[in-house]
Amino acid sequence: FVEERSGVGSVLREYGSEQNLLSKPDGSASFIQGDTSVLAGVYGPAEVKVSKEIYDRATLEVVIQPKVGMASVRERAREQCVRETCEAALLSTLHPRSSFTLVLQEVHDDGSLLSCCLNAACMALMDAGLPMGRLFCGVTCAIDAESQIITDPTAQQEKESRALMTFAIDSKDCSVMMSLTKGSFSVKELQQCIAVSQKASERIFQFYRDSVQRRYSKIL
Amino acid sequence: MIDDAGGTTLVRAGSDHAHSGHCFAAALRAPVRSHRLAVAALHRLALAGPTSSHGARRNSATEGLQKRVFTATRRVKMRETPLSNCERLFLLKAIEEKKRLDGRQAYDYRNIKITFGTDYGCCTVCLGKTRVLAQVSCELVPPKDSRPTEGIMFFNLELSSMASPGFQPSRQSELLVTLNRQLERCLRNSKCIDTESLCVVSGEKVWQIRVDVHVLNHDGNLMDAASIAAISALCHFRRPDVAIQGRDITVFSPEERDPVPLSIYHMPICVSFAFFQQGTYLLVDPCEKEELVMDGLLVIAMNKHREICSVQSSGGIMLLKDQVIRCSKIASVKVSEITELINKALENDRQVRKEGGKFGFAESIPKERITALKREQAPVEMKDIEETADEIVREAEAPSEAVHSPVIVATGTGQVGEGLQNTWGLEEEDAEEEFQGGMDGKEKKKDEVMVISDSEEEEVVILKPEAQKSKSRRPKN
Repeated sequence: FVEERSGVGSVLREYGSEQNLLSKPDGSASFIQGDTSVLAGVYGPAEVKVSKEIYDRATLEVVIQPKVGMASVRERAREQCVRETCEAALLSTLHPRSSFTLVLQEVHDDGSLLSCCLNAACMALMDAGLPMGRLFCGVTCAIDAESQIITDPTAQQEKESRALMTFAIDSKDCSVMMSLTKGSFSVKELQQCIAVSQKASERIFQFYRDSVQRRYSKIL
Repeated sequence: MIDDAGGTTLVRAGSDHAHSGHCFAAALRAPVRSHRLAVAALHRLALAGPTSSHGARRNSATEGLQKRVFTATRRVKMRETPLSNCERLFLLKAIEEKKRLDGRQAYDYRNIKITFGTDYGCCTVCLGKTRVLAQVSCELVPPKDSRPTEGIMFFNLELSSMASPGFQPSRQSELLVTLNRQLERCLRNSKCIDTESLCVVSGEKVWQIRVDVHVLNHDGNLMDAASIAAISALCHFRRPDVAIQGRDITVFSPEERDPVPLSIYHMPICVSFAFFQQGTYLLVDPCEKEELVMDGLLVIAMNKHREICSVQSSGGIMLLKDQVIRCSKIASVKVSEITELINKALENDRQVRKEGGKFGFAESIPKERITALKREQAPVEMKDIEETADEIVREAEAPSEAVHSPVIVATGTGQVGEGLQNTWGLEEEDAEEEFQGGMDGKEKKKDEVMVISDSEEEEVVILKPEAQKSKSRRPKN
């Protein structure tokens, strides 16, 4: 009974990705989780404005565009989360005095948007062939009223949840690179969610590997 | 052979100013040089041309072209890759020979792909590599005073920096204003949507329909792609149903009552024509490279009933009457084809929704493409989650319970934890005081110590109370 109950929420919705679908950016990818969909484009390494130049590494700029209306504080907050995660993964010291620009376009929001943004960002950075020390993925967990952990919640499940957490997990040793939480939860619940996210991240990293393998299957 | 040589010199001139960081100097230097080169090039062209009149025409064309290169380099941000002169000449030569880079004929459109999202009123249009996303949304607002019974249409086109590195967010560029205005003229001013049906309570509440168009990838002909996306999204959109009882307005959620489509009279679609060599050559649906070398652009918005909704000519070319008429004839054919495509796409989507099948962008990922991959729903193992969490919590160090009691240094101040008190010179002082009590003879020595500090105030005022305080505090501890 317990297994069945815990099995209800603990699925990742069907997910997919397409790389290199835009011609202009140096790297691009779309990532889809259920109905949630995000499109990412990366430019770089390119020229940087003098005011933003950093002498020993590349400047990373992240822009998230909402589907309706102008970017607001919520987008700014997400941008910062994604930027800090990417900065930790990218080996930006290899491109001093240059810029990377990552543009994320929300195509459809049906919950877990930030984790979808992170996944799309990672796929696009891979497509652009930028040097990275590790890969990362995003996993969102929700804790519902019955204290069940739901991975990859839909917008409806997010609304009904008591707490919502998004983690960026790194591929090297499955450590947490970024976390964003909302609502109240106990320390134990937080640890459980991290453990669940680490388990879920294995699937996403496997997906990354599969898609890269598929992409270069003709060349190798 | 002569042409070749001309080509290389022109390229050098081009790359000179394209790559130098000093635009201003280049611009100053450019006119003289370019003029000379242009004239030299034109002599050759005139010689090669079949008739002298033709040559003269080209002459002015090339000169105009050169001029535009320089204004463009000055205005466009350096990040956008400028077209080199040899590419430019190659393109123009190809157009003269009725050839296009992607192998199309002069009047061919690129492939158009229309995909609808899960939401009502959401659609992506791919026109070749150009990609545009449109989303329609609605809101109840008070109407404009001048038109109390009409709904409001609002268009917002955005050039995302994803589309091209030259596009900057939050800046009104000339291109953006032109496109936005053209879209408004095509869709709002042609009265293709019945705005009166959007009125809920006259003078108080009307629907505002907002159309957001995001350009995701720029490969030329943004206008056509944007207009196709906008009108498809408007046709696909459903607004919530409302009921009015007295002064109360009830807005029904989609579960309660089926949403209502907008009433659309006709579907205006923009068709762009690019002109080269002062109108000698004409191309439909120019790609980005062709847009960079064109002399003028004519955009005709038309519906399938062959009614022209707007015509805009830009780039400063003079067109003859029969050229415009020919363009409108071509446009009418193209518009009927595109309208049919939109209707087919809408019908498809409606069918799938009715049958309860899968729809939305997730379904539109091409499965056969090597760059795309999809995975089915995947379970996440949650067996030993609880144990791991427990272990981590157990292993984690307990936070230190001890909370330092606040130390009050003087009345009105507070301090938590060990102090950051300045102990310079004080240690010795204290020790001395402890050992030698309040000996007067030592007062002078204290002063001597404090001379090291460059603050006079400390020496005179603070020292004594400080010393006293530390004396008085000591017994307490």
